[in-house]
Amino acid sequence: MGTVTQGPTRGAQLGRLERLPWRKIILVVLSVLILAVVLVGAYRTLTLPEDQAYSGTAWRNFIILGLAQGSIYALIALGYTLVYGILRMINFAHGEVFMFGAFAAFFFADAYEASGFLDRSPVASLVILLTVAMLTSMGVAVLLERVAYRPLRNAPRLVPLITAIGASFFLRETARGFFGPQTRGFGVPTALEGTWTILGIPIDRIQVLVLVTVIIAMTLLSLFISRTRTGKSMRAVAADSEIASLMGIHVDRVIVTTFAIGGLLAGVAAVLFSLTFESVNFFMGFRPGIAAFTAAVLGGIGSISGAALGGILLGLLQSLGPALILTGYDIPSPFQLKDAFTFFVLVLVLIFRPGGLLGTGDAEKV
Amino acid sequence: MRDRRHFAILALVAALTLVAAACGDDDGGGETAATGGGTAATGAVDCEADEFGCVEIAAGAPIQLASLLSISGETAFLGTDSNNGIKLAIDYLDDAFDGTNGQLLGHDVELLEEDDGCSAEGGQAGGTALAANPDIVAVIGTSCSSSALGVADTILGDKGILLFSPSNTNPGLTSEEAHQPFYARTAHNDKIQGAIVAEYAFNELGATTAATINDESPYADGLALAFRENFEALGGTITTIEQVNSADTDLGPVLTSIAEGEPDVVYGPNFNPVCALTYVQGQDILAPDTPILGSDGCLESAFLETAGDAAGPYFASSPDVTVFQDGEFYANEYLPAYQEQFGTDPTAVFNAHAFDATNVLFDAIEAVAVDDGSGNLTISRTALKDAVLATSGYEGMTGIITCTPLGDCATDVTIGIFEYPNWPVEGGEEPADAVYSDTKSLDEVI
Repeated sequence: MGTVTQGPTRGAQLGRLERLPWRKIILVVLSVLILAVVLVGAYRTLTLPEDQAYSGTAWRNFIILGLAQGSIYALIALGYTLVYGILRMINFAHGEVFMFGAFAAFFFADAYEASGFLDRSPVASLVILLTVAMLTSMGVAVLLERVAYRPLRNAPRLVPLITAIGASFFLRETARGFFGPQTRGFGVPTALEGTWTILGIPIDRIQVLVLVTVIIAMTLLSLFISRTRTGKSMRAVAADSEIASLMGIHVDRVIVTTFAIGGLLAGVAAVLFSLTFESVNFFMGFRPGIAAFTAAVLGGIGSISGAALGGILLGLLQSLGPALILTGYDIPSPFQLKDAFTFFVLVLVLIFRPGGLLGTGDAEKV
Repeated sequence: MRDRRHFAILALVAALTLVAAACGDDDGGGETAATGGGTAATGAVDCEADEFGCVEIAAGAPIQLASLLSISGETAFLGTDSNNGIKLAIDYLDDAFDGTNGQLLGHDVELLEEDDGCSAEGGQAGGTALAANPDIVAVIGTSCSSSALGVADTILGDKGILLFSPSNTNPGLTSEEAHQPFYARTAHNDKIQGAIVAEYAFNELGATTAATINDESPYADGLALAFRENFEALGGTITTIEQVNSADTDLGPVLTSIAEGEPDVVYGPNFNPVCALTYVQGQDILAPDTPILGSDGCLESAFLETAGDAAGPYFASSPDVTVFQDGEFYANEYLPAYQEQFGTDPTAVFNAHAFDATNVLFDAIEAVAVDDGSGNLTISRTALKDAVLATSGYEGMTGIITCTPLGDCATDVTIGIFEYPNWPVEGGEEPADAVYSDTKSLDEVI
């Protein structure tokens, strides 16, 4: 009211002010600030006096550990992103699909370790462990889809989301009931202990195995999606399931296939994870599940290459971030802030690119 | 119309609040006990004078005792074990481990079991549930310091219910600043454990530099702090102080960061699986043969299961059970009864402390309970607490028990250091003897 009575000039000024893209300005200021904090932190860490600074070996270890952990996240993240791409739902029980695979592999690994088979023929036993874990995870994923999600296919989007959380609790507590609450040691073949020197760098053999297996799995997946008939129908359903079904694609079958593939990848991740940390327990699916979901969102949920990128970035962030940036600010025990740091990055990504790094850039309501 | 309905609800809530407040004013006093002679004790109990009132136990009704221990989840080995100690103490009321419960002052003793969840949340939930029950005489618990510190010790203390712990070791619980009047423990104070481990690392392992890694629990935090203070007082240097989350699996980066300081030893007083994961993952990352030290939270069968065939040096400290396990009573009567009744070897050491705590409590009940002549017992809450804290020179299974006014009942503590895998737990290898053992009293430590 006031502006109107005070004449046209003031009103015009206000109009211009209102037209200024405040949202963008705040974002730019915020990003400059964050960049400054990150750069100053990294600079201060890297210029620490010799006796306090991290050595080259430590940096190399941080990167390798981060890559190995990140590529496992990527495998699990693919399960989230594939299902999201097709059904537009978050399968929160995917972490438990992963956990069941790990337990299946554990029982075989345990028996093989006791009989000595694990050390005598490591390759054969690893193949068996992978197969068992993949089939178990696939079975759980398919069953989950059939029992918990399919009956709710046409329900509002919130309903399957809540069911997914319920299914996650159900599976986790079932595992606790069946397998007990304690952490068990996962046998590692002696052939995988120690390091291999690659390009002059000694790398833990298990980490080499993790990286190689993940690369193979990712390649096979992308070939499957881009080259096969089933892959093509998956893409068609992801693009528009109604039209896909009009074109003669059996949508239900495609959805089951998607869950199965997500399960297979989770099974692979489960064996790699158990070998890396030499242990399994009923709760092991929770944190990697959350991390992988974060990775999928970070990369752009629904995007396959996004999930891979997001996973690896997240792994690197968790292992490099606290050391590189927080140390520079003299924060005591920087690694206790590992998760705070990771999720801070997630929030930032969502502010600047709501669709994720490789997503469409649009905000998608989850 | 809508507004009026809201107003009505508001008015109702306000009215109820007033009623509740009025009721609250009333029940401070409790009931006056009848007087009369009895076999247990005679005389009147002035329940009006006791701020927290009395527990009345009618003739023929059981004396209700509760336990608030970690009986589920990953630390169930600890709470279930202590619970077994309590059951054995009840069994032994008739001076025999015969599987039939004895009686106390002519009453049965009934044990209510609550779960402390080994967390502050669990202590809150379990403590609140027990505090709401006016028939409970005292609570044996908690297993984990996190469940007691500022949670169960306060909730139960506010009702005048004694919380008597067999396995809380956090120094804060019995510190001047934080001690709750109705809290006591038969477990050692970690100031002693931290001091003895620091001396072992410095004097016996010859370490001059050390790093600590602990999770978020007050137990781990308190121990790591006690270790650092003592290690530095001895002339050692702390290279890195790191913290992890008890749910962490990937300790690679944090161990890499610790390895940078090139510590002679790494001290990780945590729970499993973090203890075992620190050990397993440390093999590849820390300098070869760096000794890793753990605490009594690490010393359990689950560690052995996870650690598998890792070969580096690992030591865990624990109350030196061999001291009392060689005792005649423990070896010939208590242990066989434990094995027979629960079908397993003890999964932790604190069952003995729970047995002692329960017996100290029984003695205190016998001392303060008043019988009206017809079998009705009256126990003043404050008198019971005072009787427990006044315990002096009680010959317990774990040693001589003398309580300080701040609730520490284990004043002279023997801590042993056990080298993996020669551990005195199920699955450990023989001989399960301590490689080092030292006794300290509370006033000696920082």
